[in-house]
Order: sequence, then C-alpha cells, then structure tokens
Amino acid sequence: MDSKPTNNAQNDLVDFTLFFADSSLIMGHRLSEWTGHGPMLEQDIAITNIALDLIGQARNFYQYAAELITNQKDKKITEDDLAYLRDAHEFKNLLITELPNEDWAKTIGKVFFFSTWQFYFYQKLIYSSDKQLAAIAEKSLKEVTYHVKWSSDWIIRLGDGTEESKKTIEKAIEDLWPYTGEMFVPADFEADVKNSVFVDVSSIKNDWLEKVNSVFKEGTLAVPGESWMQSGGKNGIHTEHLGYILAEMQFMQRAYPGLEW
Amino acid sequence: MSNQSEPLWEVFIRSKQGLDHKHVGSLHAADAKMAIENARDVYTRRMEGVSIWVVESKYIHATNPDETESLFDPANDKVYRHPTFYDLPDELKYM
Amino acid sequence: MDEAKELERFDDKIEQEIRIEPKDWMPDDYRKMLIRQISQHAHSEIVGMLPEANWITRAPSLRRKATLLAKVQDEAGHGLYLYCAAETLNISREEMVDQLLSGRAKYSSIFNYPTLSWADIGAIGWLVDGAAIMNQVPLCRASYGPYARAMVRICKEESFHQRQGYEILLTLCRGSEEQKAMAQDALNRWWWPSLMMFGPNDDASSHTAQSMKWKIKRFSNDELRQKFVDVCKEQADILGITIPDPDLKWNEESGHYDFGKINWDEFWNVIKGNGPCNKERLQARIESHEEGAWVREAALAYAEKKKKSELVGSPSN
Repeated sequence: MDSKPTNNAQNDLVDFTLFFADSSLIMGHRLSEWTGHGPMLEQDIAITNIALDLIGQARNFYQYAAELITNQKDKKITEDDLAYLRDAHEFKNLLITELPNEDWAKTIGKVFFFSTWQFYFYQKLIYSSDKQLAAIAEKSLKEVTYHVKWSSDWIIRLGDGTEESKKTIEKAIEDLWPYTGEMFVPADFEADVKNSVFVDVSSIKNDWLEKVNSVFKEGTLAVPGESWMQSGGKNGIHTEHLGYILAEMQFMQRAYPGLEW
Repeated sequence: MSNQSEPLWEVFIRSKQGLDHKHVGSLHAADAKMAIENARDVYTRRMEGVSIWVVESKYIHATNPDETESLFDPANDKVYRHPTFYDLPDELKYM
Repeated sequence: MDEAKELERFDDKIEQEIRIEPKDWMPDDYRKMLIRQISQHAHSEIVGMLPEANWITRAPSLRRKATLLAKVQDEAGHGLYLYCAAETLNISREEMVDQLLSGRAKYSSIFNYPTLSWADIGAIGWLVDGAAIMNQVPLCRASYGPYARAMVRICKEESFHQRQGYEILLTLCRGSEEQKAMAQDALNRWWWPSLMMFGPNDDASSHTAQSMKWKIKRFSNDELRQKFVDVCKEQADILGITIPDPDLKWNEESGHYDFGKINWDEFWNVIKGNGPCNKERLQARIESHEEGAWVREAALAYAEKKKKSELVGSPSN
C-alpha cells in the first residue's frame, strides 16, 4: 500500500461514484421489468417513472466516474463501458437493489427502503466538497423525495388494506430486512470519514429508522428487531441474482463488442 | 375478486403560475391521494404542470345538452356587454 | 324530442363539423362503433407495450434503455387516455379489460409478431409507429370530442417515437456489416405486417364506409396504406436497406409507388389467434391483471377505511 495518498483519495472517489451509479442502475433495471406488467395501468406508469429517474441518476454518476477514470488512465472510458463491460465482482451496488421483484409488495418494500436511504444520503451529499457529486445529489434529491412519498403511501396502503395485503407486505419486509444493514456500514472506499467528499453513512441510520418507524406505524406494521444482516454488495460480493441481471443487460455489448448503438 | 373498482377522477392542471387550472383528462385511483400522484405521473411527464386538482368524476354536475339553446343562446344579442359596442372618438386615450 | 328529430340534429352537427360530446344525443350504432374502435385502439396500446418491453432489459446502451423505457411508458399513457375517452360512452374500463382478457376484443394484429433482435425495436418505431401516426393524425379531427382530444395528446407525444426508431436503424445502418444485416432482417420481417396495420382493403372493410360517414375516420384504409408506402420507400433509401417487395416501383401515371399483394390469409389468421405470439401476449395481460388483483383490492379497502375514519372524525371540523 505504498501508492500516493492523492491516488488513494482519487480511487476512493471513483469507487464511491460507481457505488451510487451501480446501485441506481440495478435498482432502475429491476423496476423496469415492471413496465407493461403493472397491477394497474396508472401504477405501471408510476413505477416506470421511478425506473427512469434511477437510470437517469445512474447515468449522471457513470458519466462522472467515466470522466475521472479517463483523466486517471489517459484512456477514453464512457458511461456504457462502465455499465456494460464490468463483471459482477466489479459492481458495487447494494444487495437489496438486485433482489428479484417477485410481487408488488416486495417491489414496494425495496423502493421504500432504498429510496429512504437515498433520501438521507443525498441530503448530506449535497454538502460534499466534491462539487460534481453535490450537484448530482441535489438534482436526484427532488426525484427521490417523490419516490419516498410514493412508496410510503403504498407501504401504508398494503399494511392497512386487506388481510392478504398485510400478510404479503409483512412477508416482504421480513425478507428484505436483512439487506438493509449494509446501507449503513461504510465500505473501505468510504472509510475515510474525515474526507469531506464523503458522507458518514452510519450517521443517517437513525433518520432512516425513524422514517421507517413512522411509516410502518401508519401502515399498522411492526418493525423487525435486530437480526443478522447480509453484506458484500459494496465490495463486489453479490447474490446469485446479479450475474443473471448482467447476463441479460450486457448481452448486446458482449455479443457485439465495440460497436455504436 | 370484488367487482368494485377504483373510481374515475377528473384531472385539472395549472400549466404555469398565473394561469387557470384546465381539464386535461381523467384516470382511476382508489383515493384522492393516489389520484393526485397518478395525475402527476400520467399527466405531467413532459413539464405540463405546476399544480394539480383532482375531483371524483361523480361529483361533477353539468348542464344538460337539451337546455343548450335556452341557456346560452340568449347571450347572443347582448353585444352591449362587450367594449367594442361603444363608439368613441379615436383621440380618446387610455380607455 | 323524438328520435327522428334528434337524429336530424345529430347528422346536422356531423355535417357542420360540430363535435359530439358525451352527454349529447347520439345514435346507438355511433356509440357502439366508437366504443369498439376506441377500446380496440386502447388495447393495442397496452398489448403493444409487450413486444418492445421485451428489449428494455437488453437495450444496448444506457441512452437507448432510457428512451425505450420512456417510449413504452408513453404507450401505457396512450392506452389510459383512450380507455378514459371510451368511458365517457358508458362503458367501464373493467368491462373493456374484461373483453380483452376473455379474447372477445381485438387489438392491432401487428403486436402478435415477436421482437427477435434489437433492430426490431428500431423497425417498430419507424414502421409500426409510422403507420400508427398516419392513422392517428386524421383522428385528431374525429367527430367525437373526447376521442379527438385524446388523439391530439397522443399525436403530440407520439412524434418522438418514430424518430427514435428511425435513429436506431440509422445507427445500425451506419455501423458494421452485421448491424446492417440486423436492420435489413428486421425490415424484412416487419414490412408486410406493417402494411396490414391499415386494415383490409376498402372493399373488404365492413366498418369503413359508416365510420367515414360519421367522420370518425377521414381516410380509407387503402388511401392511408398508399401514403405510407410512398413515404417509407424514400426513408428506406436513406437508410440504405431494401423493402422486401419485388413489385415495389414508382408509377409515373398515378404519382405513387405500386406495391405487391398483401398476404391477407396471414392477416386473417393472425387476427383469429394464429399469429406467432397471440397466446403469449394475452397470457401476459391476464397474468398482470390477476396478479394485480390483490393490490387493487388492498388500495380500495384502505381508501374505504380512511373514508370511514374521516367521517367519524369530521364533527370537530
């Protein structure tokens, strides 16, 4: 580990940016699987809006990462290189984003946990000393604010709707809960908390929990207790699902390398 | 499955500050909150609005087309309600 | 007023290009024809999402992924506007969806063809949306107000669809040999079904004459089809790919392109349910509807509960 500290900081910045890019892309990609299959026409449109917002956010982060890498390596790298030509172990997305949609409850649960985390994270990231990250966070924050509201409303509706919907959302929460832990554990690339570029992720856990508590309360749902938490996403150790997502998503770029589309 | 379905709502959008809300279409939603969110997602994807009203369609009362003549034709010959009816000299300013 | 007089007034309005509005008197057959046409149109938008959604998760770049998503989403919006327009004629969306899922209602047969390569997404945008626009622009002047207004909104949004499809093909045609071959293959498969989108020949179209008399439709199937062929030939030349029709040639006398015979046997078979994807498409719609049932019920149940608790709580206000 004798590389210069400036290089380390630069690498951390790239990884941190990719972490956001990957998380937004994989989440957006999963949500886009709903397009054409929503439980009602209006919600089909709504969830596609969220998918589009997330893919837009991912593109902003990828473009920034590509710019950083291009400067670093003196080799032209594009947003698509980063999204389509990295393998699963290089992806840094949160595990929760890659889990299958399964049903509306599971999907809503994913959107709610993830968006609420994004919301508090971006609220801090807008003060980052890295102007570019701060600008992306500011733009994304408006979108994410709506995602939180939309998914909160659905959590409440499903929780306090019918017996069946309550059971289904409870099951979804139970399944998803173990994937919420890693959101608040800093990865190596964000460990340097004194670095004013980053956000201390552990500091947003309480806000996140408070929001979850209040929404669950309104939805007459119980918040799960302490339990074992899965982790690994930020460090490139994923569930089996990511490989299949990438096989599908990257198919064209892999089958026909180096072409314009 | 229940045979109930989400009621129909009418959507009104203010396209920019200073303008009236205008009817743009309708949609289905279980409640007012959902209707507003749906209206946002369906009818403002291309920056069409800055404010939304929704009202459940069943609460809209309308004139009866059979009465169109008796209701609206009588206004036809009341041109004196329009400023152009009055003949004033061209030299007159600011009126 | 008696029926004969109402009819006379109705015909008079049609004649004078005065729009018919939901509460106005209208002949039963006019109402029925509109419901049939608008709901079919709505179903086509909704089923039409499926072949394109098939490529959302495989779109070759982030930009393409975003634009395809936005496009397929627009189609959901168009279906929604149209269902709402039909609902002003006293039929509920549920009834219409039920007609679709039970196989009683039709939708555009083009969506029963598969999307096999990325180039198909380009071909759909260019040809299928192109044909749709040609059909739809005159419908902005349809005699029924809510239908015409829905079509105005749809046409405004639709204009980016065809452009994005053509741009996809243009990129392929300017790319590698295999990309160009992909584009040609897509054109080969989508050309004839696109021509069929305009419906049967005028002499075989049972609804056209009445629909034109009522000024729902403004041009006949064959007129629109001819216009489409004329436009596409030149656009294909710019792409540098060949329309798969040996009989396609310029006719100096008519001022139009002549084109080969359409395989109507295939057309009627696809309509009857024998197209390559009829079963999958309908099955996909049925599954979404059935799997969404508990969600819709929950939303309604919650709304009911809230309404009741608001009533209980209201005296203090």
